[in-house]
Amino acid sequence: MATPGLTALGMKGLLRYWRTLKRFWGSALASQMEYQVNLLIEVLAMAGNLAGSLLLLWLIYGRGQQLGGWSLDAALVVLGIYTLLDGVSSTLLRPNLGAIVTQVQQGTLDFVLLKPIDSQFWLSTRTLSPWGLPEIVTGLGLAIWAALRAGARPGVATLLGGALMLLSSVVILYSLWFVLATTSIWFVKTWNVTEVLRAALSAGRYPISAYPAGLRTLFTVVLPVAFLTTVPAEAILGRASGMWLLLSVAVATASLLFSRWFWRLALRDYTSASS
Amino acid sequence: MRVWRQGDAPRRKRSLGQLVWGLGRRLHHGWRVARALFSSQYALMLEYRAETALWALSGILPFIMLGIWSQLAVPPAGLGPGSGADAGGIGLDQVQLSRYFLCAFVARQFSVAWVVYAFEEDALQGRLSPYLLQPLQPLWRYVAAHLAEQLTRLPFVVLIAAVFFLLQPAALWIPSPARIVATVLAIWLAFSINFLMQSCIAILCFWSERASALERLLFIPYLFLSGLVAPLQVFPPALRAAAHWTPFPYMVAFPAQLLAGGAVPIAASFAAMVGWISLLLPITLLLWRAGVRRYSAMGA
Repeated sequence: MATPGLTALGMKGLLRYWRTLKRFWGSALASQMEYQVNLLIEVLAMAGNLAGSLLLLWLIYGRGQQLGGWSLDAALVVLGIYTLLDGVSSTLLRPNLGAIVTQVQQGTLDFVLLKPIDSQFWLSTRTLSPWGLPEIVTGLGLAIWAALRAGARPGVATLLGGALMLLSSVVILYSLWFVLATTSIWFVKTWNVTEVLRAALSAGRYPISAYPAGLRTLFTVVLPVAFLTTVPAEAILGRASGMWLLLSVAVATASLLFSRWFWRLALRDYTSASS
Repeated sequence: MRVWRQGDAPRRKRSLGQLVWGLGRRLHHGWRVARALFSSQYALMLEYRAETALWALSGILPFIMLGIWSQLAVPPAGLGPGSGADAGGIGLDQVQLSRYFLCAFVARQFSVAWVVYAFEEDALQGRLSPYLLQPLQPLWRYVAAHLAEQLTRLPFVVLIAAVFFLLQPAALWIPSPARIVATVLAIWLAFSINFLMQSCIAILCFWSERASALERLLFIPYLFLSGLVAPLQVFPPALRAAAHWTPFPYMVAFPAQLLAGGAVPIAASFAAMVGWISLLLPITLLLWRAGVRRYSAMGA
C-alpha cells in the first residue's frame, strides 16, 4: 500500500488534506445537527461529572488536606484539562477510532485503503461529533480561571508553553487510542481495551503527585497519564521546568511516530474480513 | 432452539392434590428452564472470556482512588510513628482503606448490569421479536446472561485480588463466614437493584432510540454516591444522610463495608435494599407491559 507520509507531501498536498478535512467535518456537522437532544444529554453529563469531581475535591480540601502539595486552585487546573481532554475524546477520538473496529468486522476497511488518501488520516478525521465542544470550552475556561486564581501571570512564555503542552497531551492521547484501535486488525474483539484505557486515564483527574510512589511511576513511565494532565497544568501555572516541556514534546513525537509505524505494521498483516 | 414447552392443560376444577402436584410440576419445569437458560448462556459467555477479563480490568477505579485516599491517610512527617487510626483525619487507617476499596471493587464486579446495551442491540437488530414470541419473559434471558457472565468473571476477580494482596500483604484478612454469606446476599440484592434500574431504562428503548444516553446520566450519581470513589465515612453527615435516601450507597458501599468488617447497620440496610427492589420491580413490569403494547402497535 503506497501511503506517502505527511512529511513527504508538498504544500499542494497539505492544501488537499485541508480541503478534505473541511468536507469531512462539514458533512459530519450537518448530519449531527439532526440529533440536537444529544447536546442536552452531553451538557447534563458534563455538569454531573464536574459536580462529582468538585464534590470529591471539596471532601479532601474541606478538611484542610491537599492533593500531593497542590492547592485547590492548582488542582482545579488539572481537572479543567481533564475535562478538555474528555471533550476532545468525545468530539474526535471516540467517533472515529471507535468506528475502526466496525470497519474491520464488516470488511469496509478495504474501501478506505483503496482511497487515494492516507488511510490513517481518513480513519482519524472522517467524522466529528460536536457534542464534546461544551466540554472543551468548559474545561479550557476552568483551567484558565483556576490558573489565574492560583496566581499564574499570563505572559507569552506561559501561553506558548501551555498551548504546546496541551497540543502534546492531545497527540499522546490520540496515539494511545489509535494504537489500541489498530490492534483490532489482529484481534477483532479488543474494543474493550479502550474501556480499560478510559478507566486508567481517569487517574488524570488529579495531579500525579497525589499518588503513592509506585502508581506515580506507573502513570509516568508505563501509561503517560502525567503528560496528559499534570504537565500541561504545570505549564499553564507557569512552573513547568524546561526539562519536562522537552520530555513531553519528545513523548508526543515518539508516540505519534509509533502509532504510524504500528498502523503500517498492522496493514501488512491485514487480510480483509473474508479471508 | 426450543427451551420452553408449556403443557397448559384445559382449565377445570382441581382437587388439592392435583393443585400441589401441578405446583410441583411447575416448579420442576421452571427449574429446568432456568438450568437450560443458564447453561446455554454460560457456554456463550465462555466464548467471550477475553472480553470479560478486560471488563473486569476496566473496574480498576477503586484502586486508583485507593492511591489518592491512602496518601491522605499517611500521617504528615513529624507527627511520629502513629501509623494509626485517623492520622490524616479521615477516620480510616491504611489497612482499613485497602480492604474497603478492594471490597468495593469486588462488589462492583458482581453487581454490574449491562442489560440496557444488550437490550438496545437486540431491539435494533430485530432479535427481540422472536424472543417476544417465546412463552418466557425476555428479561429472564438477560438475568441468566448476567449471572453466567458473573461466573466467568470470578477467576479474573480472584486473580486481581491475589495480585492486590501480593502488593499489600498487610491488608490480607479472612472475613468471618457469616459476613461472607451476608455479603453474597447483599451483592446479589445490589445486582438486583442495578438490573431493575437498568431494565427500566432499557425498556424506554421501545419509545426512544437514545435510551442508553439516560444510562450514562444515571451512572454519574452512582459513581459519586455509591462509595466507589470515596468511602462514605468521609462524607459530611448531612451529605451522607442525603446519599442514603438514594439506592446508590447500598449498591457498593454497604456490601463493601460488610465484607471489609466495618460497623454497618446490617438489618436496616437490607431492609432498604428490599424496599428499593419492591419499588422498582412493579415499575419495571408495568413499563414492560406498556412497552410491549407499543412495540406490537408499531407492527413489528
